[in-house]
Amino acid sequence: MTQHAITANWLGSGLVVYLAWDGGWSEQVADSFISGSAEEDAWLLDIAGRAADARIVVDPYLIEVTEQDGAAWPALRREQIRAGGPTIAYAPDATVLRRVA
Amino acid sequence: MYRYDRYDTQLVTERVSQFRDQVARRLDGSLSEEQFRPLRLLNGLYLQLHAYMLRVAIPYGTLSSAQMRMLAHIARRYDRGYGHFTTRQNIQFNWTRLEEAPDVLADLAKVEMHAIQTSGNTIRNTTADPFAGVAADEIEDPRITCEIIRQWSTLHPEFSFLPRKFKIAVTGALDDRAAVKVHDIGLILRRNEASETGYEVMVGGGQGRTPMIAKTIRDFLPKDHLLSYLEAILRVYNLAGRRDNKYKARIKILVHETGVDRFRDQVEAEWAALRKTGPDLDPAEVARIARFFAPPAYDSVDSAGYRAMLFEDQAFADWVRANVAPHKQDGYAIASISLKPEGAPPGDATADQMDAVADLAVRFSLDEIRVTHEQNLVLPHVRQSDLYELWQGLRKHGLATANIGLIGDIIACPGLDYCGLATARSIPVAQRISRLFSSLDRQHDIGELRLKISGCINACGHHHVGHIGILGVDRKGDEVYQITLGGRADENAAIGKIIGPAFASEDVVEAVETIVRTYIGLRQDGERFVDTYERVGQKPFKEALYDAD
Repeated sequence: MTQHAITANWLGSGLVVYLAWDGGWSEQVADSFISGSAEEDAWLLDIAGRAADARIVVDPYLIEVTEQDGAAWPALRREQIRAGGPTIAYAPDATVLRRVA
Repeated sequence: MYRYDRYDTQLVTERVSQFRDQVARRLDGSLSEEQFRPLRLLNGLYLQLHAYMLRVAIPYGTLSSAQMRMLAHIARRYDRGYGHFTTRQNIQFNWTRLEEAPDVLADLAKVEMHAIQTSGNTIRNTTADPFAGVAADEIEDPRITCEIIRQWSTLHPEFSFLPRKFKIAVTGALDDRAAVKVHDIGLILRRNEASETGYEVMVGGGQGRTPMIAKTIRDFLPKDHLLSYLEAILRVYNLAGRRDNKYKARIKILVHETGVDRFRDQVEAEWAALRKTGPDLDPAEVARIARFFAPPAYDSVDSAGYRAMLFEDQAFADWVRANVAPHKQDGYAIASISLKPEGAPPGDATADQMDAVADLAVRFSLDEIRVTHEQNLVLPHVRQSDLYELWQGLRKHGLATANIGLIGDIIACPGLDYCGLATARSIPVAQRISRLFSSLDRQHDIGELRLKISGCINACGHHHVGHIGILGVDRKGDEVYQITLGGRADENAAIGKIIGPAFASEDVVEAVETIVRTYIGLRQDGERFVDTYERVGQKPFKEALYDAD
């Protein structure tokens, strides 16, 4: 069974967030609630849709994840880069973390 | 430089106010995302891979030092300390917060800048030769034309919802530094037999998934009729351009499917119906705009010291050779500032670097800066006698890399590191190539070589017109890179041809090395890479790349 998590962006800052295991939103993909069934996917999307309606986040969608030591990590490169930040040191004083090989 | 009149000021100020209200309504729930998205895009605010990205228009790539300082302020105050100069002479800020976007636009308005029409199916920022007004080979300053087009096209009610985005470029020089032949409309200032100035009008160029070189539909359009002729082209496109398929909606597809002769007939018929007997614009208004671009008062310059330094400091001489171009005024020079130091993301500049360029522009370039579509900056009015001091000033800020037009001067789109549309990363590939060719001596030995990288088929990195073009694509989860050779964006524009199967990410840099070595082995005296390629064709490069297996 493919595992999924929900990602979106904060409405105000635009930064990437994930629907967390505690029902809140986290900027850490590792905090994601991991869905293991179509029913859970639908439930998570419903929660995310309500968060979008409440103007907490924007454009929520499901992503495929794998579980590493109990924490979610995106399966696809695009989502890995969203989760880890740009893979380049883009300015001398930049502080964004990089995790994608 | 052009300065806003009360209409410009009112328009931009009102737009800031409108957008502030729109953002407030989005944040309080009065507007849904579906309702808000087109409004934010009209103001250049995209939701990209990591955050909101604000694209700011730099009309025809011309900036004052005050404007550059404001860009530095925005990078520092609202973003993460840097900005990305784009292949359309604009700048992008990658980490803008929605709540702060109206404040950014308000700050931009203070220095006569905005983000209007940097997105959407509108007429985008009209681009120009970055050496406009100072090039030794120029017929006329194209920025006068660009400013007229800017005023005409801004919020033009008929052309605010075109089938697709629409890009116009203008050059007034013999050497095309504006890539006009890969634009929806390319205008080249020409003189006719009576020595009158007008335009060669080209239509239907573009890159993306269907690259095409623009076709000439009028050899000579009198300058007086510029706007009515543009209007005729846009009307034909607006009515006949496809709206059912975004991949076939650009004017290049319409021109291709209609046939250039029939398309020309349609434009001419439309033009005959709408043109006036007299000029499109009041000549007094044209003269008013032209005065903003009048040549500055140049000094008489003693360049003896400059010439001496060329012999005394080899590093300075190398920089001059690559980065300094002839100026139309004796004793002056055009100095390009490379935003491609070894291993850096092409086109990125920190806030401190932007401030440094602004300071140097005040000291050495009559307060003027240009942005190039090759993601570099230009100081257009430098006394030759000031070049050494300028170079030293640039060195202090990592801005004196002597590689303009060389293999280290790579164009690269943001790619999958930032862009929501990208399918592969482009910047890391550019960085690896830049490091491989880190020796400036080697770069100078290789000579002019335009290498361009895109992270998807939309081709924002202009790979189709690179002497060496690299297109990153996703193949079953792996980034692979397709190489094209022989493209060029100059007056002899051509679309590069795919050399063979794509290379894995770990192999693509070595493939570039192989191509360069093959060229070095084949080149004859004075040949640039593209000359050698055009003489020998693909075969030896293909053999070197693939037959070794």
